[in-house]
Amino acid sequence: MLIGAALITALVLVLVALALRRGAGGTSERRWTIHWGLGFTMTVLALLLGFGLWTGERMISRADDALRVEAEARQWGWRFTQPGPGGESVTTEGILYVPAGAPFDIVLRSADVIHSFWVPQLGGKMDAIPGHENIHRLQADAPGRHEGLCAEFCGLGHAAMRFEVVVYDPDGPPPDFASAPPPAATGEGS
Amino acid sequence: MTDTAHPDRGPARAPAEPITEDALQIAPNPPRRALPLHRELDRVWSDLPGWRGFFASVNHSTLGLRFMATSFVFFAIGGLLAMMIRAQLATRGGAFLDTALYNQIFTMHGSIMMFLFAIPMLEGLALWLLPKILGSRDMAFPRLSAFGYWCYLLGGAIIVLSLLAGVAPDGGWFMYVPLSGKTHTPGINADVWLLGVTFVEISAIAAAVEIVVTILRCRAAGMPLTRMPLMGWYMLGTAAMMLVGFPPLILGSVLLEIERAFGWPFFDVLRGGDPLLWQHLFWLFGHPEVYIIFLPAAGVLSTIIPVFARTRILGYGAIVAAVLGLVFLSFGLWVHHMFTVGIPHMALAFFSAASVLVAVPTAVQVFAWIGTMWAGRVELRLPMLHVMGFFATFVMGGLTGVMLAIVPFNWQAHDTAFVTAHLHYVLIGGFVFPMMAAVSYWMPVICGRWRVRALGEAAFWLILIGFHGTFLLMHLTGLLGMPRRIDRYPGNPEWEWLNLVSSGFGMVMAAGFALFAFDLVLQYLFGRRSHRNPWGAPTLDWAMALPAPSYNFASLPGPGRDHADALLSLAGGEGLLPGAPRGQREILVVEPGSGRPEHVAVLPGNTLLPLATALAVGSFFALMLAGLYWLTPLSMAAVLWTGWQWGHLMGTDRAHPPVRVAPGLELPLHWQVRPTLAWQGTVALLVADGALYVSLLFGVGFLGVVAPMWPAPDSGLGLGAALLAGLALLSMAAGSLAARRAEARRDRPAAARLALSGLLAAVLALACLAGLAALLDDPARHARDALRAVTLGLAGFHGIVALMLALRSLADARQGRLGTGRRGAIPAWRLFQDFWLATSVLSVGLVLLQEAG
Repeated sequence: MLIGAALITALVLVLVALALRRGAGGTSERRWTIHWGLGFTMTVLALLLGFGLWTGERMISRADDALRVEAEARQWGWRFTQPGPGGESVTTEGILYVPAGAPFDIVLRSADVIHSFWVPQLGGKMDAIPGHENIHRLQADAPGRHEGLCAEFCGLGHAAMRFEVVVYDPDGPPPDFASAPPPAATGEGS
Repeated sequence: MTDTAHPDRGPARAPAEPITEDALQIAPNPPRRALPLHRELDRVWSDLPGWRGFFASVNHSTLGLRFMATSFVFFAIGGLLAMMIRAQLATRGGAFLDTALYNQIFTMHGSIMMFLFAIPMLEGLALWLLPKILGSRDMAFPRLSAFGYWCYLLGGAIIVLSLLAGVAPDGGWFMYVPLSGKTHTPGINADVWLLGVTFVEISAIAAAVEIVVTILRCRAAGMPLTRMPLMGWYMLGTAAMMLVGFPPLILGSVLLEIERAFGWPFFDVLRGGDPLLWQHLFWLFGHPEVYIIFLPAAGVLSTIIPVFARTRILGYGAIVAAVLGLVFLSFGLWVHHMFTVGIPHMALAFFSAASVLVAVPTAVQVFAWIGTMWAGRVELRLPMLHVMGFFATFVMGGLTGVMLAIVPFNWQAHDTAFVTAHLHYVLIGGFVFPMMAAVSYWMPVICGRWRVRALGEAAFWLILIGFHGTFLLMHLTGLLGMPRRIDRYPGNPEWEWLNLVSSGFGMVMAAGFALFAFDLVLQYLFGRRSHRNPWGAPTLDWAMALPAPSYNFASLPGPGRDHADALLSLAGGEGLLPGAPRGQREILVVEPGSGRPEHVAVLPGNTLLPLATALAVGSFFALMLAGLYWLTPLSMAAVLWTGWQWGHLMGTDRAHPPVRVAPGLELPLHWQVRPTLAWQGTVALLVADGALYVSLLFGVGFLGVVAPMWPAPDSGLGLGAALLAGLALLSMAAGSLAARRAEARRDRPAAARLALSGLLAAVLALACLAGLAALLDDPARHARDALRAVTLGLAGFHGIVALMLALRSLADARQGRLGTGRRGAIPAWRLFQDFWLATSVLSVGLVLLQEAG
């Protein structure tokens, strides 16, 4: 998509440059408004939109038996509830534990203002809004650790409202489901 | 010292197409000597000397320039804040500002640039340019121009001074609740935003009403809508969007301020509100806002490009269609700012498609401009350089916009630096570059001087390089995961070099803007006197001496005298309505579609009334801000009193003879016709008012369907309330009837009696509404009750306006200001009275429906 955008930008700028270098001369209105303006634009947009909707449809949460974890956002931190060893729920602060290789749904809630759950390396973001419950589907393919953050401005502690996602191997030894250590003083202002 | 390219030799001219109807034959007036004619007009149209001139001016040139100059000062303040943001982000530790101050600064940067720079800048351009390019002497409502300016200045001052006091808004420029609610922002920071911005928006509504009426009614004689300069179409689209787009924001701000001040819940989920209602109302304004800003800039491009390509614009009809398409589509895509709030994918698909579709009319225009340059031979003068800056910047901003309209990509890039980069590409590319082109293009008309050599080009290159250096890499910063609105990022060293580069180039851009301003000052002070029409433009804005005289045209353009070459003929009084023989400011009013001359409007002269009215309104906002709610009735009384004064100038107590506009063409003065400018303006105002009411209905429907904690608890409204509501509606209907009959019998003594009975009906209806207010459930209990109270309050507000107009009509009847042709305030009274009745019927029906369901 980025490459396409760059190509179209270059194309338009080349047309501008040609128009500047060219002397006066006749041209037809249809060519510019209909062919370029409508024809070219609509074609590109239709392809792009179709692709986007198809991808989006595959990404959204649907009713199946995917793993469910819960996240409650507050000023300024995250509390996660996830199935632990043996299946009972475990609640952790600041770290979410999910198995690799399977899709999972995050149920997002907020205790105060609007926050937004985002793990850039895993996929898109979803807001946590007071009074609403949003469900967001993600999947991590390989074990590892990923940085997560709050993407919606939520006040003084917004920049430091980070969390971590630990992706573990479902067939290996289970992780310890420990909470994150309390954050060091980050200078949240006066 | 000055540009050697000054066109002494007479450049190739852009060809002028006739823009008036040839079929309309209007004979020329006899030629006169230009100088005495100039003196006669200037005496009537110029501002008062000294300080009174500053406060009492209602002239569109003065006020348009003042709007633009003031907005540039705010732009400088906003730019300074941007530099502080960049200084803070240059390193990951960011020790320059503390978080609380940083939050105020980025909130203020966005708010200032949107509300105190972009919107007022385009209002200023419209005010200054429209009468000139359409061939008139002033805007339709000169006092409204001045009133809008004072509202803007006072509101802007409140907002900016709050920063000095350390209590500036700090919730981000879109002020999401609950963060900006009382619980999470207990100080007055949010109130400053809500009240200050609403105060400033009064000027936006005023400007929109004026622009619509001016374009429809104050054109050159015989200029049909379908041939007016494209700028007219663009501004008409802009103003229409402002009329419909600003009311949701105003409503949202009022609701949030009421929630903060009195605890009525609209956004509180525990009491039936929903924070998403704010987002919908805000973006219902916020997305059209982008096109409100872009359309005037596109109008500038459509005006300037053919001049420098020495040809005609290619595809006039396609461009008009594109403008109308943009106006329509822009109201269907606000949800693309809310793709991550948990809306079903089907709905997202609809808004995604609409967002993608809006790129089509934009692309049609871009290709029409390229085609125009293709057809002609382009001269790369300074304004054209800025146009090239537009192409180099805006196209990319538009394409990243299309990318953001694609849902999965949006989920990734939303609320990151990618969006910051995108919106700056769109706004600086699509607004700031065209505005710089506009200013450098029209400077000779503004100050009569030619520019100083080379400085402008240097400023252009600094800005262009600085801009792309700042924002190109910011796309990557966002894709690497940097969210918006953070003040430090100690754990992410990989973002640091990108931010450092952005910060460095940001300073280059700032230097460029400083140089741009310096260049304008030099041109104003030291530039060589400019020749007439130095660019060889075809339009009427160049058919005047430079700098533009206070009255623009000594005689007004018409068929045969409809382009820049008509300058001498117009200055010599051969056009329509020459001079100011009656010692008053007169303009020609035309039929909206065809441009056929209809009547002559007498405009008000210099007056302090707009300033007094703005101060009265301002005192209301100041008292609200101070929390002195019990004192606000004093302000309301002051507003009513100043508002009453406006009516004095709007009638006459005798029949005036028709005015000779040209040989064989005699037209009545506006006091003796019904479809006056004021009537048309009232209709335009009611469109905005209707949009406000519909937004309120949207709020009722949205909360009822989406918000948790519904249905609401049982209401205590019973038979008594129903009877009172019924009586109120009957009284309003009686008022409407009285207004109709008063207008029909205006030339008889019965008119006064009818106006009096209409007045009494309004009083009775208001008394019923007051009774209803006492019966309502506690508005603080649940959102349903709060919305009912607001609906009732809105009905009361309209009732007071209708009452004032009934009173004005009564005074007109008693003072002999009614007659066979003279209708006084009655047409405006009828409009408001009917609007009051219609909305009240709907509101009562809605409550009945809620109670039944």
